[in-house]
Amino acid sequence: MLGQQSVASRPVESILSTNKVIRSTYQLLSMTLLFSAFTAYLSISMQASQGMGLVATIVGIVMLWFVLPRTANSASGIPVIFAITGLLGFGIGPMVAFYLAVNPSIVMTALGGTGVIFLGLSGYALTTRKDFSFMGGFLMVGMLVIIGASLLNIFMGIPALSLTVSAAVIMIMSGFILYQTSSLIHGGETNYIMATASLFLSILNIFTSLLHLLGALGGDD
Amino acid sequence: MDWLKIGSAALLIGMLIFIYPRMRHAMKHSPKGTTEDWKGFIVPLAAVIGFVIFLIMMVRG
Repeated sequence: MLGQQSVASRPVESILSTNKVIRSTYQLLSMTLLFSAFTAYLSISMQASQGMGLVATIVGIVMLWFVLPRTANSASGIPVIFAITGLLGFGIGPMVAFYLAVNPSIVMTALGGTGVIFLGLSGYALTTRKDFSFMGGFLMVGMLVIIGASLLNIFMGIPALSLTVSAAVIMIMSGFILYQTSSLIHGGETNYIMATASLFLSILNIFTSLLHLLGALGGDD
Repeated sequence: MDWLKIGSAALLIGMLIFIYPRMRHAMKHSPKGTTEDWKGFIVPLAAVIGFVIFLIMMVRG
């Protein structure tokens, strides 16, 4: 009811513009996901080392921080987003190759599970049209805590902390999907390239964390 | 200490430095959510948690 009122009070042009941004975001997101799956496949078939994967990830993240914001408002933003998603896809290749060697069904389950989570949360945000802008601070704090815990665990190597971080990443990234989708609906995000980058990162993080959780908890041992 | 650990740590430290000012900005400028708003977040989150547990049970067979 409230969602309908807020839509009715907005000018038609604004609603059309919002719908166009949403449509463009999902089109670009599907293309970048396919492209990153292709680069992940390349990484697996090339038997890229973990070091190569890490370098690709670092270059992708640096481009995401420093190049994408400068190009997102122009046509050059499209090749940049493809380069970033391609590099990040290449970066997860060694990890996916490891799980494929251990148990291929885990990778398929993680892939399907990520798809269901993303479609379910996007569908929820799009149909209820709830405004999740209040979650911004909470999600950023959550992300900071997760990064801090991950950093600590690089040196401590506690398996339980690693699994806790993976579970927390799934929850925080789920929140980011709701937040970003709601931001698209309510006109908070008007740049479909930036929206695609944000949704892509959430999907990628959910996939890798789900893979980690299923690999660790789903085994026979 | 191998290079992978050093590289991963450097990436995470970079993320902390990059995200911290954005977190402060978001904390200051995000609107406050009502109890109803938070319920609207808790419900899908609980569904995600339930779904992940289901996937783990499925993989365990």
